Amino acid sequence: MPDYTLRIRRYNPESGEAAFWEDHTVEMKPHSSVLEAILKVKADEDGSIGIRCSCRAAICGSCGVRINGKPGLACNTHLDKAARRAAEGEPITVEPMGNMPVIRDLIVDMDAVHWKKIRRVTPWLINREPIPEREYIVPHENMVDVTQSMACIQCGACVSDCLSMEVDPHFIGPAALAKAYRFVGDPRDAEPFERLKDLAEDEHGLYDCTHCFNCIDACPKGVAPMSQIMRLRRRAGNDFEIEDRNNGERHEHAFVKNIQRNGLLHEADLLPDSYGGKLHPRAAPELIESMPTVIKAMARGKVTPAKALLHQHKAPKEVKEIFKTIEGRPERVELNLYISGYEDADAAESAPAVSASPADSADSVTESESE
Amino acid sequence: MKVAYWPGCVSRGFTPELHGSMAKVAPLLDLELIELDRAACCGAGVIAEHNQELADTLNARTFALAQLTDGELMMNICSTCQGAQSECQERLDANTEYREHVNANLAAESLSYEKGLTNKNFLWLLVEEIGLETLKAKVKRPLTNLRVGPFYGCYIVRPADRLGVDAEHPRDRYLHMVIEALGGTVIDYAGVYKCCGFPIVTMNKHASLTMAGRHLGDAIDAEADCLVVPCPLCHLNLDLQQPAASKVVARELGMPVLHLPQLVGLALGLEPKELGMSKHVVRPTAVIDWSSSVVAGAA
Repeated sequence: MPDYTLRIRRYNPESGEAAFWEDHTVEMKPHSSVLEAILKVKADEDGSIGIRCSCRAAICGSCGVRINGKPGLACNTHLDKAARRAAEGEPITVEPMGNMPVIRDLIVDMDAVHWKKIRRVTPWLINREPIPEREYIVPHENMVDVTQSMACIQCGACVSDCLSMEVDPHFIGPAALAKAYRFVGDPRDAEPFERLKDLAEDEHGLYDCTHCFNCIDACPKGVAPMSQIMRLRRRAGNDFEIEDRNNGERHEHAFVKNIQRNGLLHEADLLPDSYGGKLHPRAAPELIESMPTVIKAMARGKVTPAKALLHQHKAPKEVKEIFKTIEGRPERVELNLYISGYEDADAAESAPAVSASPADSADSVTESESE
Repeated sequence: MKVAYWPGCVSRGFTPELHGSMAKVAPLLDLELIELDRAACCGAGVIAEHNQELADTLNARTFALAQLTDGELMMNICSTCQGAQSECQERLDANTEYREHVNANLAAESLSYEKGLTNKNFLWLLVEEIGLETLKAKVKRPLTNLRVGPFYGCYIVRPADRLGVDAEHPRDRYLHMVIEALGGTVIDYAGVYKCCGFPIVTMNKHASLTMAGRHLGDAIDAEADCLVVPCPLCHLNLDLQQPAASKVVARELGMPVLHLPQLVGLALGLEPKELGMSKHVVRPTAVIDWSSSVVAGAA
């Protein structure tokens, strides 16, 4: 059996000492997991290593750590794969997840961050209908849609590497927002509007996500939290036209209108429009604050006054027509690859391809399109 | 090599030096650019979060226009375009019925997107089509002793599956590889794969500029001379907004940020001025001084 060296980050806040790295070499099969290796080190060499684990089968979500700097479950990461991904000639590094305080060694305080955020989004179904005699009937597509966020095992990997949370710890974050979509997207829930309104009114809510895709790559269960956040935004901004605290909805609408008019983005218009328009009281302080940046850009010839004021490029009429047709549909058309699958990969099982926004109502789901 | 060329919006808007430098560098790499001047904005992820069909249709139109040219593939110079377009293309290629539905939106122009377009950012094209050996052979002024920090940003490396990052195509190492091929020294620092913060600059300016400021500070701590970015939106937050970011993180910055074609052009012998470096908010003095010292050394 080959040797694998783990470089484990150790930290005991009670000791008063700084965190440090410690190397341990174990002889194990290539397909053993990083968790098994840690437990072997713990059993044979140093019982004081702190690691949280339970099921060892990627179900309980307890053993979230960073392996070679990337978040994941120690129990479903094979040693050979981890060794391949380590820096050349370097051991496999194992450290606690980020964005959460470390309790000891590889154990982070999930209560302080993750669970607090989950509780924030009312993580249960709000039902107003009388309880049916038998089970609730939910259309298949709706169920598959929310199944993606239900696949979350609360391991915290996405929270660990959320780049918005890194600079703004108040951000609700990817796990909790994915959980929010699990109920917003569920046709049995009676308060999708209230839920979205609540998230939009939170200064660190719906529009704090910066599209970095880290959570999508971090998730060991394919939840794609960022995709769920984008679904929440489509529902809030487009379907319900909920104005948020952070100019998110205004920015989105300003951007869409800007492209409809110009075909190519006219940046100088986008900024004031994102705050409600050049003459809007909200825009004035923002524009004044941006003046030094704009003046500098002009001084450098990056932006000319003509370019700032006028925009030579105008959208061709065919592009304007595309906006009119699609924005004019009574319901949005959306392809959810989680529901439909990929033709080449799974041609036989492909579900109805084109569906309206999945959670609108049971009737709309199977509609192909609204032309 | 002939390519259908999609420059995006920002390279012709607030970072004109990107579009300009690409035009200067292309002939030196034997690249013929067929500009897609009728195509519209990729949506930058914002249109997709408003209406997915709309974003998919605008990009299907761009892809269809690219397929009308005799370019071998489509090339872009903006990571955000690459990411937004790859996302739309994934849906369009995955499902015939959906593709036909979107193509129906283009019928008025008699355009139609056919599954399977190859769309590569200039960075990918450099490594996968031109090749690092060919690139090395073209270097006239090796970036010797120039310490360059790669800044990948998000859209060109994540999600890894969609962006085709795998063992065969280590696209998350391409900036490193190009810097080395040009003779420069790669500086690794904490921000290499982080977000510049630009997408939330109008929503949460403080968080956005904290991101930019931290990465710039980390690059300074790692003693980089400059950063290189494959995305003009990253350039806006890291360069145009750098003075504002400096205030937010309460630290002097002054880190020059180059667009990828500028860095390549410099090594291929072009002058900083013709590559538009005078248009940067943070004057790339270290880079310009370096280039003149190399020229002086050669003389």
